Amino acid sequence: MYNETVARLTYRALLGRRRAILLSILPGLLILIAIAVRAIGGADDRVTEEVLGGFGLAAMVPLIGVIAGTGAIAPEIDDGSIVYLLSKPLPRRTIILTKLWVAIAVTMLFTTVPVLLAGMIMNGNSQQIAGAYTLAAAVASIAYSAVFLLLGTVSRNAVVFGLIYSLIWETLFGSIVSGARTLSVQQWSLSLAERVAADGTGVTSDVALPTAVILLAAVTVAGTWYAIRRLTVLTVAADD
Amino acid sequence: MTIPRQTADARIHDIGYRRYEGARLGARYARYSLFVHSLRGAFGLGRPARSKVLPWGLFAVMALPAVIMVAVASTTGTDELLIDHTRYALSMEPIVVLFLAMAAPQLVSLDLRYKTMPLYFSRPITRADYVTAKFAALVGALFLFTGLPLTISYVGGLLAELGFADQTTGYLQGLVATAVLSVLYAGIALLVASFTPRRGFGVAAVIAVLTIPGFAVYPLQALMETQDSEGAIGWFGLFSPASLVDGIQAAFLGGTTGFPAGVQPTTLQGIASLLAVAGLVALCLALLLRRYRKAGI
Repeated sequence: MYNETVARLTYRALLGRRRAILLSILPGLLILIAIAVRAIGGADDRVTEEVLGGFGLAAMVPLIGVIAGTGAIAPEIDDGSIVYLLSKPLPRRTIILTKLWVAIAVTMLFTTVPVLLAGMIMNGNSQQIAGAYTLAAAVASIAYSAVFLLLGTVSRNAVVFGLIYSLIWETLFGSIVSGARTLSVQQWSLSLAERVAADGTGVTSDVALPTAVILLAAVTVAGTWYAIRRLTVLTVAADD
Repeated sequence: MTIPRQTADARIHDIGYRRYEGARLGARYARYSLFVHSLRGAFGLGRPARSKVLPWGLFAVMALPAVIMVAVASTTGTDELLIDHTRYALSMEPIVVLFLAMAAPQLVSLDLRYKTMPLYFSRPITRADYVTAKFAALVGALFLFTGLPLTISYVGGLLAELGFADQTTGYLQGLVATAVLSVLYAGIALLVASFTPRRGFGVAAVIAVLTIPGFAVYPLQALMETQDSEGAIGWFGLFSPASLVDGIQAAFLGGTTGFPAGVQPTTLQGIASLLAVAGLVALCLALLLRRYRKAGI
């Protein structure tokens, strides 16, 4: 179910050269903002929520999820080098599960650490805000990785569709149509954060906790299952 | 190998090759062709059907609010549109950015990936011509993409008799704001896309560069609001493309900003925004020219 070599290759593809820079721009920016906020305004719970929720969870986590999730498999399918992996005596299930594991690990590393750090810098985890958002980022990392890994096996435009989901569906439609918020990984993970954070903070979600947990699990499992299914029937075509 | 001796009856046969004697259209025509080809490519024209899905799908999403706005205004009988013309493109910013992220790598990354650059430069065009043609095409595509919905709502507004003078000034101001946005966004997107031959990477990079500053600026502006230093909100607006355009349209084109607490920028901040946009566009073009200095690439 887990293969060292596949994992090593995927880590290298994800963290090698320019991708690692792209991945660390956002966390770096979050920490810079956190330092600036603390230096200018001192500890303030509402601003902490604004930064961690508005920048961290709404922008940073999905974008890193897109880069890591699609980057774990899409480039290999795109340039056809996946055949070298497929021709090895490895179940394709193992390939997907290993890549999913790596994508989750990378997304979590690049999201939870900076969120926790930024939260600590801004208000020293008062009212459990930093902890709550860190948990939300961790849970969202798992779901995003599964969804975007699936996208990578389904479409050649995986990055675009991933960004359409995270930018247009979650951000634009989520702010206009409240119904769209029920179907958003961000809101599901926020409902866990709501539980952790102290009462009366601005950490709220539109989705009830049991629903959110069930939906998160369902999306992760179904996404992974279908990604395995897609890879088992994959034919490598050279066009475009 | 022995060299065959020249004999008296040796001759080169005329096998019918012909010289080109038609009109030579020159660099200007090559530039124009490159512009038209790129402009069409941005909308997927002249490409397979599945390349047309995303640009036209995004355009439909972009134009939909304009149609709805007009329908609402004409049934309720108000003479105010829901979204100001000057803020229309900004309020649909994610769509605009996605369109650019599809179009910019299409224009430049593919030329790098398939190594067609030497072919371009074997025509009578220079790298300045190439950069200007691509830049003009992307600006044009973006202007059409954002300007046509405005035109739809303007024409619809006139048909719904919303007041000719109001609508026309609003529409013209909206076009100017759209033009500023197009030039700035196209410059940044083209520069970012020109650095990678891989389309997927280009798409992600364009979106990241265009949206992340906005995500970073807004919480800082919100922080300034809690600190009661509202003058600083406008200055922070200088640090992201969206808030730059927002500041300009609010300062000079009679719009209102989407800044926290609805703070309006001062004239000084407006001028600074204009200068920043001009500087950024000039910088992008200069860097693009530098990028294509090496012919081999």
